[in-house]
Amino acid sequence: MKEIEIKNLTKKFEIKDHTVTALNGVSLSIEKGEIYGIIGMSGAGKSTLVRSINFLERPTDGQILIEGVDLAELSKKELRKKRSEIGMIFQSFNLIEQKNVLDNICFPLEIAGKKKKEARKRAKELLGLVNMTEKEKSYPSQLSGGQKQRVAIARALATNPKILLCDEATSALDPQTTESILNLLKDINEKLGITIVIITHQMSVVTDICQKVAIIENGQLVEEGLVEKIFENPKTDAAKELISGKKITYSPLEEFDVEKKIRIVFSENSAYEPVISNLILKFNSPINILKADTRNVGGTAKGEMILGLPDDEDIQKAIINYLKERGLSVSEVTENV
Amino acid sequence: MFDEKVIAMLLEGIRDTLYMTLVSTIVGYVIGLPMGIVLNVTREEGLNPNKIVYRIIDFICNIIRSVPFLILLILLIPFTRLVAGKSYGSTATIVPLVICAAPYIARVVESSLNEVDAGVIEAAKSMGASNIQIIFKVLLVEAKTSLITGATITTGILLGYSAMSGTVGGGGLGDIAVRYGYYRWQTDIMIVTVILLIVIFQIIQNLGTFIAARLDHRKK
Repeated sequence: MKEIEIKNLTKKFEIKDHTVTALNGVSLSIEKGEIYGIIGMSGAGKSTLVRSINFLERPTDGQILIEGVDLAELSKKELRKKRSEIGMIFQSFNLIEQKNVLDNICFPLEIAGKKKKEARKRAKELLGLVNMTEKEKSYPSQLSGGQKQRVAIARALATNPKILLCDEATSALDPQTTESILNLLKDINEKLGITIVIITHQMSVVTDICQKVAIIENGQLVEEGLVEKIFENPKTDAAKELISGKKITYSPLEEFDVEKKIRIVFSENSAYEPVISNLILKFNSPINILKADTRNVGGTAKGEMILGLPDDEDIQKAIINYLKERGLSVSEVTENV
Repeated sequence: MFDEKVIAMLLEGIRDTLYMTLVSTIVGYVIGLPMGIVLNVTREEGLNPNKIVYRIIDFICNIIRSVPFLILLILLIPFTRLVAGKSYGSTATIVPLVICAAPYIARVVESSLNEVDAGVIEAAKSMGASNIQIIFKVLLVEAKTSLITGATITTGILLGYSAMSGTVGGGGLGDIAVRYGYYRWQTDIMIVTVILLIVIFQIIQNLGTFIAARLDHRKK
């Protein structure tokens, strides 16, 4: 079932006398219970996109449907009710500094008109869920970044939302803390069946926990699909850049670069066979390993290598076939690595 | 040093000064706080931007604040008479003090509220909070310390202004200082009133700072 449907979303900002198009005709749909990543470089429009999902940003054009309900058709009051069913966490946590942890978590319940006693009971349950029970009397200024985000997650879950939006939720955290927060999100997704939308500029976040990903560039959706597929075979420059973490620049000099480069991706099972050694032995020609890396994509280890092949075209073809036969995904690399 | 009459007069002066300062601060906040909230809410980045409302209040604040208090005191005499029934004495002085204080308070409140992190407000919006809920449960709560600091400064200023109103028969310590110190050359009484004003000011300032620090949970 489709939980979120974004149809032809366009958002323009009027700044002084010119118009900036932050999003241009983005359409995508997110299934119930999915962890969906939206990735793009800064300024790509991904933050505007996630803020459109709960109408913090009203689209200039297009529709947002939450469980089939068009948000534009709701009254102010109905929209507020809808928002309470969509939790959101932020890069800067946005906790109320003058309230302690417990009161921060009670806050959305208080807004929804719940009784104080009930709210406290629920808040304590959530503190347990995010592993912060011993900090209930602390104030946000006494917590670390990771702890603040845990509290923010508990707060976002207080009203039992069906959707959790994460706007760069791990961008202000160090790698270890990022991992623990991602694990927590994954855990929540499994336990509560909540749909999670993650906005990030870090590919590792997407490969760690997302099942599907959308790549946004210059306000447009350029690639979308299963994380595994996109990681194995990125089609657009934006996707390749996000995977390699480097900007692709096409310089005319490369045309003289005769060395042919390919990118291969192998998963756990194919990693048992010493493919590269066998390859070199079989073809008796040098293979240049330009880059090698392993990553965790959706729970399975994926290896990635960029190889420089010998000049002979026949050997090149044979090598590519050999690799494909062994179940590796092979794609040509035209850019510098 | 002083006879009983003078001491009784000074005590009365302290009472009148505190009465003028505190009542004008409270009434000033009754008018100025909502004005400040409206300024914050209707500004361009506010919860409910409204250029016209903002500009009107902004204009009123600027006009009143640009008139020096002593002149305002004299200008307002007919109005004061209308409201308080007479134009002298400490109760009457409260009228111009409030008119002077309200726009000042509105500005202080506005700037305190403007400092509240936009992200926190956005988070509240994302939870489905209404604007009224955001004002009372987020803005005023987050700006609490800054608001108290602002109120302390305002009270200090009104203490000074209440003394100034002594020149036109406003009552309180300022009145005593002017009558004895200026018209009768009784420097000793003037010095005592000045010392009393300093002591009152210190008490207000320290109390305000203490309360603000006690209630602040941002850094600990």
